[in-house]
Amino acid sequence: MAETNINLAAGARSWRWQTAVLIGLVLLLAALPLLANMLGMPSLISLATRIVILAIAASSLNLALGYAGLISFGHAAWYGIGAYVVGILYRHFVSGEALLGLPIGSDQLLITLPAAMLITGLCSGLIGALALRTSGVQFIMITLAFAQMIFFFFVALKAYGGDDGLIIRRRNELPFVDLRENENFYWLSLLIAVVWILLLSRIVQSRFGAVLTGIRQSEPRMAALGIATYPYKLVAFILSGMGCGLAGALMANHARFVSPDMMHWTQSGEFMIMVILGGAGTLLGPAAGAAMLILLEMQLGAVTEHWQIILGPLLVLMILFWRGGLSGLWRQMMGTRHD
Amino acid sequence: MTEIVLDVRDLTKSYGGLKASDHLSFQLTRGDIHAVIGPNGAGKTTFIGQVMGDVRPDHGSITFAGQSLNGLSTPQRVRLGLARTFQIPRLLKEQSVEDNIALAVQARQGHSFLFWSAVAQDRSLLDPASEIMRRSALSARAKVPVALLSHGEHKQLELALALALRPQLLLLDEPMAGMGPSESRAMVQILLGLKGQVSMLLVEHDMDAVFALADRISVLVYGRIIASGTPQEIRANAEVRAAYLGEEG
Repeated sequence: MAETNINLAAGARSWRWQTAVLIGLVLLLAALPLLANMLGMPSLISLATRIVILAIAASSLNLALGYAGLISFGHAAWYGIGAYVVGILYRHFVSGEALLGLPIGSDQLLITLPAAMLITGLCSGLIGALALRTSGVQFIMITLAFAQMIFFFFVALKAYGGDDGLIIRRRNELPFVDLRENENFYWLSLLIAVVWILLLSRIVQSRFGAVLTGIRQSEPRMAALGIATYPYKLVAFILSGMGCGLAGALMANHARFVSPDMMHWTQSGEFMIMVILGGAGTLLGPAAGAAMLILLEMQLGAVTEHWQIILGPLLVLMILFWRGGLSGLWRQMMGTRHD
Repeated sequence: MTEIVLDVRDLTKSYGGLKASDHLSFQLTRGDIHAVIGPNGAGKTTFIGQVMGDVRPDHGSITFAGQSLNGLSTPQRVRLGLARTFQIPRLLKEQSVEDNIALAVQARQGHSFLFWSAVAQDRSLLDPASEIMRRSALSARAKVPVALLSHGEHKQLELALALALRPQLLLLDEPMAGMGPSESRAMVQILLGLKGQVSMLLVEHDMDAVFALADRISVLVYGRIIASGTPQEIRANAEVRAAYLGEEG
């Protein structure tokens, strides 16, 4: 009994400590633009914005891949569709042309972001409903196939730029905040990322999350408990798709450019690498994985133009030797057990 | 007045030339422990699979508490009041005993499209779970990840998960398989404690356990029930002795 109390106290202490570390981390990230300007490296802000946005996408994929065990190899499609919603709405806002006979077009972030999430939600719901009829390797291949179909659809869509994509001349507008300032856009992206990850953390700890974790470990067990898994997997797939759509919409604003490259299968692969590198099925692992991958790409890119030759084996080694990714390493350092 | 809780008629299932169920008929009286014994490959697990809806019969009908189960999925059958244990444990191994049982309690309480409140602080899950762990002698292991438990404890947890669903009919697929003698006796005691509260279909090779527990025994050989009766009748049956009990004397 006494031992249990000690363990509980230690657990509470380490939990409090971790919360303090997280709050510190968010404050540090919030202060990053000031530091970057002080150091005379304003380009850091743009890099950090990219990482924060990709962290949203990786954390969202993690809900499906890490928690529910749905190995989707097509999440770049939702990322790209989210971006195209912003691009297409902006295009119609500028030209004033109707879209499907409707006077649609907007450069208001408060409209474009929810629209991007809604439309990616619908698309991922439709594709997910079909893809989730399969499982295992078939599921991996069918998500890849659907994503490639969507990729080629946008390549062929000459009305919206085809291969060349769409240029967004100005970032979307937000009342009271000038998003053309890179600092402001960074802070907004960071705020959205923090809120989204907190939301995901509630979801994975909820009853819904408990079912997802069960599905990953044993579907026959879930059936024997009287749980029909399909609707839970579908909702997880949709939520995860919507998060990637949100990330895509932010990225379109950040880069002021959208192209089918955003939904290429290599992008899906990068999201998966971020999740696995950071630690699948952990809350912050995928965000850390996103940062790690982008920084590695950048550093190696500065050394040689054939940086992928170094990155590939490096990733293989890291995944082989760091069981549980960066999160596994963190837990070892903190001396806490995974449960 | 005895009520038939499970009524199986003319069940047939073939895998190629192999008949796993051959015009199998079977009745289980409410409150009984009805053992199904038979040599390896007699079709006992396939029989449980067909009752649970994991395996689709070629032919025949299964009626549970007056309702036809034909065409219902496994989760639908579980919600009607059936529950099973697996011969080879299928548990959520990365999670603790408590997490596993809390999830079963959660499943019994209805749908899980609840996205906000944390299960780890939900008294409506944890209190019933701790009661079930106490009854299943698993309380001391509540926080231990399932992967670290012994084989016997896995079997106990299998039973605890099924009981958490508060079934009317429990299908036990070799609950003592791989257990040591003392673990096996403990399991017999737990099942005896449940006798009368829940009907049970018991598939088991441990004849001491079967004869200690069963109200009725049916003998399944090559997909067919060759004999059915009280333990005394089965012990006395010459055909059964030849087919199955023979080597045990």
